[in-house]
Amino acid sequence: MAARHKSVETKYMEERDAVLRGLRGLDRRTFLKVLAASAGAVMAKSLMPPHTFQLVEVANAAPDKTAEATGMAGKPPFTFAYISDTHLYPRTLNQRFVRGAVKAVEDVNALDPQPDFVLFGGDLAQLGRHEELELGRQILAELKAPVKMMVGEHDWFYDLGETWQDMFGPPNYSFDWKGVHVVVLMSVHEKDFWTARKMTPAERMQTVAGLDNGIQSRFEVGDEERKWLSDDLAKVPHTTPLLVFSHSPLYKYYRNWNFWTEDAEQVQAILKPYKHVTVIHGHTHQMLYNQIGNISFYGMLSTAWPWPYAPTGLPPLTIQMNRADPFDQFDGLGDGQLNVRPDGLADKIYNLWDRNPVSVKADYLVSHGKVARPPAPQFASY
Amino acid sequence: MKSARVVLFFLLAAVAVGTSFSSVNAQGPGPLADPKSTNQAGFPATLYLWVIPPDNQQTPAKIALGKALFFDDRLSADGKISCDHCHGPAKGFTDQLPTSEGIHAQFGQRNAPPILNALFNVTQFWDGRSPTLEAQIEGPVTNPVEMGMKSTDDAVAAVKSIPEYVKQFQEVFGRAPNFADIERAIAAYERTQLAFDSPFDKFINGDQSAISDSAKRGWSIFNGKGRCMSCHGWNPTQPLFTDQKFHNIGVSAHKSDFVPLARKALDIFSKTGGDSLAIDKLAIGTDMSGLGRFLVTKQPHDIGSFRTMSLRNLLVTEPYFHDGSQATLWDTIDHYNKGGVQNPYLDGGITPLGLTEAEEDDLIAFLATLTSPEYADAAKQEYDLQFKRSRTDRPQRDTAAANGDKGRGPGLAGPFGDIGPAQDLENPALLGGY
Repeated sequence: MAARHKSVETKYMEERDAVLRGLRGLDRRTFLKVLAASAGAVMAKSLMPPHTFQLVEVANAAPDKTAEATGMAGKPPFTFAYISDTHLYPRTLNQRFVRGAVKAVEDVNALDPQPDFVLFGGDLAQLGRHEELELGRQILAELKAPVKMMVGEHDWFYDLGETWQDMFGPPNYSFDWKGVHVVVLMSVHEKDFWTARKMTPAERMQTVAGLDNGIQSRFEVGDEERKWLSDDLAKVPHTTPLLVFSHSPLYKYYRNWNFWTEDAEQVQAILKPYKHVTVIHGHTHQMLYNQIGNISFYGMLSTAWPWPYAPTGLPPLTIQMNRADPFDQFDGLGDGQLNVRPDGLADKIYNLWDRNPVSVKADYLVSHGKVARPPAPQFASY
Repeated sequence: MKSARVVLFFLLAAVAVGTSFSSVNAQGPGPLADPKSTNQAGFPATLYLWVIPPDNQQTPAKIALGKALFFDDRLSADGKISCDHCHGPAKGFTDQLPTSEGIHAQFGQRNAPPILNALFNVTQFWDGRSPTLEAQIEGPVTNPVEMGMKSTDDAVAAVKSIPEYVKQFQEVFGRAPNFADIERAIAAYERTQLAFDSPFDKFINGDQSAISDSAKRGWSIFNGKGRCMSCHGWNPTQPLFTDQKFHNIGVSAHKSDFVPLARKALDIFSKTGGDSLAIDKLAIGTDMSGLGRFLVTKQPHDIGSFRTMSLRNLLVTEPYFHDGSQATLWDTIDHYNKGGVQNPYLDGGITPLGLTEAEEDDLIAFLATLTSPEYADAAKQEYDLQFKRSRTDRPQRDTAAANGDKGRGPGLAGPFGDIGPAQDLENPALLGGY
């Protein structure tokens, strides 16, 4: 069989294959090429616009070609999923948030192949009660993949972390995963505002759970834990990519809502010597990303409710999400996946439940918005 | 609005002449098949002007041709199935079957959607896989379990072999029959099927006596506790009782394992292509039908989602849902009342409603007021039948689930708690009174 003439059908099949392959790889140049090819094929046939075959393939993206080409390759890529901010009340009080948490677990369990692990981003409970945390523990126990737990302020301030630590262990820890050093922080310490005011545990918890109040202090990682972080990183070479999980954003976004970490700059300084640092945070319940120096920040979606964007302080790289449909309890919520590239940077997929998924590439952040800009929403944000 | 009325007058006159040679039975399709007047209470005149495509304006001759084609069984492979076989005027332009019968007594996977007011649909079919009335026609004509033509060329050949059609196409379009013109003519006829003028339309225009007290209470429930309005929206410019969107309400969840099914569909699309005809084949002919809108968008959040149907004349378009799985309105409301069937892709708006049986009766009394005058008798008959059945037979009623007292076991499957709205809550819509 020498050089063959390709039939119309063969060419068509090749185009389709290219679409599917390209969308799996999803490096930007190939993606555009594929997009153009498929758009051409589709227009020639006067069909509907091409579809994104994103079901689960994207979650298991092939090694990034650009990373290989630039010599950053070498370590195996991996994928992890996240679920965050479930804010569970007891079942007898509220079912909405239970539905959200269950949906997220079913979602992540449907991924094939499964992610290496699932990060839980904090605020499992709403008011830190034992039965709330126990309900969350039961729901998360259904996950097929191993779970890495992080604590949020809603889990902590009823009994200052006693129950949570009994169930899940120490709130800050680190581990190595396929060449990446992973650090889980407890970033929501507050200065003691309750003793002098003679607050009950419930009052303390309610105060921390509120927005716009001047009584509580700002979140902080704190002296002790920053020292722990420095010691932990002392053994880690500066060329090793870092993944840092924190509940609150490790930067200053909006103080009145505690979208804020008081000692953010000091923590950033500890992370500064490292070439690639990605910080994944919860707490803000919205699509949110930021780049400060060498550090890329991603905010996780909640499964309970979407916060509006704060009036000021929104990182300029963030492309805002449309206002969520108030009738649809799942709109603006979701879970997500991070595809860690061989160079240790992470591409992120916001798996919005009632919308199309949004992919935020590491390149978009490290280039400070010069390349791989995610699509803007159809309508203006609130 | 006035000019539209004048046009319709001419249309009616012309259609009476235009259908004389069709191969339907000697009596013709009857008065229910006639183009409808725009002089109806609740008729959305502005919207009507928007939905008539500029390149397919309504003309009496074109509508007459479209009507003849609509009722002509020679458009099918075995010469026995016309459009009205599944979209019969006497049955609200449906077939009143769970799923429709095509050639050689084959049954598809989908319930025939009504043609009434279909001109206002933003997308066509249960999954919106077609953007216009024109574009959707290729689907049923060539689908092997519907009209079964090998290709649209075969349909054109069938039409060309009939001299009256050749003459009429020449008059209407100035050229020989071709499929695009067949589509234009049939779509033009379908755009004459307007269904408003219901007791509800008169009520909302101010006639307090147009509907019963029970129906008025039902209208409150529709807007309040029942949450119906959130998807089956009504407003004066879009009085259609649909949001035109797609929702997973858990209809096919009880018989579909969505995730493997979705993978299977993607696998098939990767081999055969995912164009509209490939979608049509999976949607009508396979168990992947239950994936709904996902077949079109390939987005996971659309798995098991189907288009919100208009509620007008729903008493003559039973059974209900995309697979015709609910026989009565009581069963349908019972399905919503218990929060649908849980599945990972269930729409965020679907939640147990806690409706009592009396509230459901009121709600259905309201739904019955959405009947256009020409279907009043048929609807009354159907209402009585369904009402009688609902007194003894309620296969979908699950009071515990509706009140949120029922869960799915421990862990993931645990009881859901609070869902049912408190029974002693007053419906705010009722406090204002009428």
